[in-house]
Order: sequence, then structure tokens, then C-alpha cells
Amino acid sequence: MTEAVPTLPREELIAEPVSEVGLMSQWRLMALRFRRNALAMIGLIGLIIGYTIIALAPFLGPNDYLRQDSNYVSGPPTPIVFHDQTGKFTLRPHAMAITTELDPVAFKFKYVKDESTYHPIKFFVKGDPYTLLGFIKSDIHLFGLDAPNRVYPFGADPLGRCMMTRVLMGGQISMTVGLLGVAMSIIFGSIMGTASGYYGGMIDDVMQRVIEIIASFPTVPLWAALAAALPKSSSTFTPLHRYFLITVILSLVNWTGLARQLRAKVMSYSNSDFTMAALAAGANDRRIIFIHMLPNAASHIIVVAALAIPGMILGETQLSFLGLGIMPPLVSWGALLKDAQQVSVVLQQPWLIIPGVAVIITVLLFSFLGDGLRDAVDPYSI
Amino acid sequence: MLNYIIRRVGYLFVTLIFVMVIGFVIIELPPGSYLEFELQRIRLLGGDLSQAQIKALEIQYGVNDPIYLKFWKWISRFVTGDFGESFEYNMPARTLVFARLPFTIIISVLTLIFSWTVSIVVGVYSATHRRTALDYTITVFQFIGLSVPAFLLALVVMVFAQRTLGLHVGGLYSDQFVNAPWSWDKFVDLLKHIWIPIVVIGAHNTAWLSRVMRSNLLDVLGMQYVQTARSKGLLERRVIWKHAVRNALHPLVMVLGMSLPAIISGETVVAIVLNLPTTGPLYFRALLQQDMYLAASFLVFLAITLLIGNLLADILLAWLDPRIRFE
Repeated sequence: MTEAVPTLPREELIAEPVSEVGLMSQWRLMALRFRRNALAMIGLIGLIIGYTIIALAPFLGPNDYLRQDSNYVSGPPTPIVFHDQTGKFTLRPHAMAITTELDPVAFKFKYVKDESTYHPIKFFVKGDPYTLLGFIKSDIHLFGLDAPNRVYPFGADPLGRCMMTRVLMGGQISMTVGLLGVAMSIIFGSIMGTASGYYGGMIDDVMQRVIEIIASFPTVPLWAALAAALPKSSSTFTPLHRYFLITVILSLVNWTGLARQLRAKVMSYSNSDFTMAALAAGANDRRIIFIHMLPNAASHIIVVAALAIPGMILGETQLSFLGLGIMPPLVSWGALLKDAQQVSVVLQQPWLIIPGVAVIITVLLFSFLGDGLRDAVDPYSI
Repeated sequence: MLNYIIRRVGYLFVTLIFVMVIGFVIIELPPGSYLEFELQRIRLLGGDLSQAQIKALEIQYGVNDPIYLKFWKWISRFVTGDFGESFEYNMPARTLVFARLPFTIIISVLTLIFSWTVSIVVGVYSATHRRTALDYTITVFQFIGLSVPAFLLALVVMVFAQRTLGLHVGGLYSDQFVNAPWSWDKFVDLLKHIWIPIVVIGAHNTAWLSRVMRSNLLDVLGMQYVQTARSKGLLERRVIWKHAVRNALHPLVMVLGMSLPAIISGETVVAIVLNLPTTGPLYFRALLQQDMYLAASFLVFLAITLLIGNLLADILLAWLDPRIRFE
């Protein structure tokens, strides 16, 4: 594998000047193959945009994500139009005013569009204070209305909180859970997989059994049982602790896949010439594993990890949807979807489903990226 | 073959013991017990129990026993069919588990059959009609199927059915049949309802399996024996179904063991949205309420279902591929 010559001369690569291909490093070739894959590039660019958006979430969202507006409980999305009161086209978007009326019969709030009043949407407007990236304090929002009017582009939840800001803030949890969990899976899985593949014997037997036992539980019920075992929120156990432990739980089940793959890789490397050469040169086990084997397996570890991220994101979403995952005041897309458990609620407030759209887009982008990486690393595999 | 089956069954029992240990430990982990919940509830209602009454209840439920003693008590009763009491429902956990488990198994098996049939047909079609418009459409649907969480799909399907078709979906029966004794009409009614959970739960699996099937078949179609078969002048249909598909199916059986856990987990979550009388809603509720005997029984039985399913998959694979028997 140290040779940089591509194992399969694919059509695209033949078109390249042959001499150059022979000189390129393995990683460079992978990057080349990856860039040729349109879907993979969509995945990569989309995710870069996505992570930028969630990093700037409190700035991009027009309201504070915890602010409850008792006059706008379960309010619909504010209609946004490109004309003013007079009906004349304007480049500046306008938010249609919505008046709240109490329905005396059903004793519920009714939201009536006021077609005669439009508030101009201002950019870089002062609003609720927030802290960006944990240290920048500000109260400037990308867009919003002049006080006291407020805009709710995605509507409001059953407590009158702005759905758009909540979806953006939920992304901060949902989009990092997969990354953190996978990072932990890589650590667990690499140690276990390498150990059992390299040393074999008892260690290998025990690990194979452990993996078999973990695999004999249905995933979500096992995750749920572990999550239910976490302590209740208290001063010593904050929702943030819970968030980290949830990622640990997700990776506790997830590492087995990586360990299995790595075990097979390490086993095949054990008999390869470069390992024999290293042994003959007097390298010890640690050197062989860390200098010779793991760098060779690095590309495969990355692929397996990338393909595992969607499963983790979906896992967190399901756990939080069941009420066993992320707890308030933190929000995640699954926790937001918990409000939409009943069909009757969704029928009346379809905007509660928006977090689900975010989940689907993110998972799709990660699948594109993972598939692209896999094809770039190994043109043979499925 | 018999040797192989005996060995596999042996493994199953060893794994089963560990499954029970893990199941019990997980359920024991949460701090506090149901008794504390119950006391809190009684106090909230304004009542209180004397210290002696609390002591008596603690002894009755074995709250202060050491964990190994609790486990021993639990497992020795478990094998005789007594899974303990559900505190919340005040009835044996066994009754609740066995009332619900069959539905989970039936729905899971039907989902498996559905997703296999569809994914073989779809996979073969898209492999033999590579790079056609329909192949691309199928690919789009496969990606969507892989990225939509099942519970969300369930919600969307239900909203669609209710809003556009005016159907009342959810549950396994219409209202008038829920408590009715079994009859032909009830069976027909069941069939009218059961396809929704099957399609919703199976979507993810179908998308995945049909991708596997497509790429397997593409690999096999590139092999020389397929070329030979074609050059002999065999009908294309025969080449594909008799020569290629048979060999492409093999990896599909191998991933059977992986798709079962996914189906069972999917079923438990979807059941909450679709309001199905299966294990899911009761299990997750038991976890939230720390109704530990019930939760443990459900978890162990879900794992047993899975173990048996995997055993059957292994036997099927060994039957199809003799090399495995002599490994």
C-alpha cells in the first residue's frame, strides 16, 4: 500500500497524465477521486455551510431561543412578502402583522393575519442579547423587526418560543452529537480492534463475544435503557453533562463496527511484508502498531467513522424524541420533535415538523460525504 | 449441519446469560426505586405512610437487598416464568410482555419479508437498468429512505393519510374491533391497518438492502461465468435470475443478522407514533417511570427475539453456503 500507483486504472484517472499519477501520494489520489464525485462535494460544502450556520445560530435567529411569548403560543410562521401596505413592490421584505384574538368558545388563541399592516424587516437590528461561540456578547441579529414587533419565520412552539432560533440552536447539539460520538467510537474501536487483531488469542475471543453480546440487543431499546439510567438533572448533573454522557452511550454501542473492521485490517497487515520487515528491523509492538499499522488503516477508519455519523445523529434524534435524550434548557432536533408526537398536533401546527427536515438534510449530506470518502479510498467496495 | 446447529444453540445460551446480566444491571443503574416514586406521589396527594409501613414495603419489594441477591431472586424466578410485578400497572410483567411481544414479532417478520421482496426486485431492476431515469429515481428514494428517521416518516404518512385521504390511521384495528374477539372481519380490519407500520418500519431497511442488492448484482454481472452463460445463448432472463441473482443473494443473507436489530428498534419507536399495541410504548414508558421489572423483562425478551432471529439467519446461511458449516 506504500506504492502510490492506483490499484485500478479508472477511466477518469487514465485521462490524467500518467507520469503525474505515479508520483502522487496516496492521500493526494484520494483527494483527486473525492473531488470528482459531485455528490460528495455537495455533502462536504453543504456540511461546511451547515456548521457555519449553527456556529452563528443566535445571530441568525431573530429571537432568543428560550424567550417565551405568551401572546404567541403555538403561533404560525409570520408571512413574509415583498411589498408594503400600499401593495407596491419593495426590495425590502415585509412581515405581515398577525393579531392575537381569544376565541371565547374554544378558549384558545386565534391568530388572524392583518392584511393591512406590514412591518419592514430590518437587517442587523438590535434584539435579545446572546453570547456567540461562548465568548462574543452581542444583541445584534441578522434580521428582525423594530421593537416591540417580532418576526417568527418558522412559527412558535407550544410555549411561544421562536421555532427558527430553536431549530438553529438545536443544530448545535444534533450536529455535534454525531461528531463527538464518532470521535469516541474511534478511540474505543481502535484500541479494541487493534488489540484483538494484533494479539489474537484470548483477547480476540473475549472481544468477539463482547461484540456479539452488544449486537444481540436491539439498538434503540438498549440506548434508551442506558439513557434512562442517567441521573436526573441537578446542580451536579447539568443538561450539559447529560449531553456528553448521551454521546458516550451512543458510541458504547457504535464502536463495535469500527473494531470489527479494524481487527480484520490489522490481521491482514500482520502477515504483510512491511510488518515482517519492521519486525526484522527490531521494532517493538508499539512501534509496529502506531507507526506501521494505524497510519495504513487511517483512511479506512475515516470512512467507517464518516458512515457511522448519520446513525448517531438519528440515534440522538430518536432518544430525545422519546424524552430520554437531551433535556431542557438545551434543545436538539429530536427534543423539538417531541412536541410533534401526536398527529393531531402536527395537523394543526405543521411547522413543528421543521426540525425533522433539518435532520433529513444533515443526514443526507453526511451520507453523501461518507459514500464519497468510501469510493475515494477503495474503489472496489460496495 | 446438526453439529453446526448444536454449536450455535450453545452460543445462544451463553450469550443469553450475559444478556440477562446486562439487562438487569442496566435497569438497576438508575438511582432511586419505584417505591420512592410511589411515596413521593402519595405525599404530593397529601397522604403519608408511617415509617413502619415504608419498612414493610421496602422488605416486600426487596429494595435494600444487595444487587447480586436481587439479581439471583429475579433470574431464578425468571426461568420459571415469573418476571416480577409491574409496579405501575399492578399486574405481573409476564402478562404485559406476552400480550405485546407477539405483535412486535409479527410486525417485524412481516417487515422483513416486505423489505426483502421489495429490495430484491428493486435491486435487480436498478442493476440491470443501470443509469436509466428510473435507476436514478430509485437512488434518490434510497437516499431519502436512509436519512428519514422512521418515526418522522410515520408522522408524515399519518398526516398525509388524515389530511389528503381523510383516513383515520394508527393502531392496528378500527375502534369497533379493538376489544372484539377474533373474527374474519377483525382479521380483514387488521390487514387494512398493518401495512402502514410495515411500510414505515421497512423503508429504511428496504433502502439499504436494495442498495446492497444492486451493487452485489453489478459485481456478479461483471464475472466471467455470466459472460459464459450469455455466450451459450441463454435467455437474458435466465442468466440474471438463475445465474447472477442466486449468487448475489448471498451477502443479503449475511446482513440479515444486521437488519433484524434495526427493524426491531425501528418498530419500538414507530409504535409510539402509530399507537400500536406492541412492546415499544410500554417499554419506553416503563423506563421513564423506572418500573424496572417490566423494563428488564421487555429488554430481555427483545434480545431473545433477536437472538433467535439471528440463529435462524445463521442456519439459513449455513444451509445456503456449506463452507460456513466447516469453519
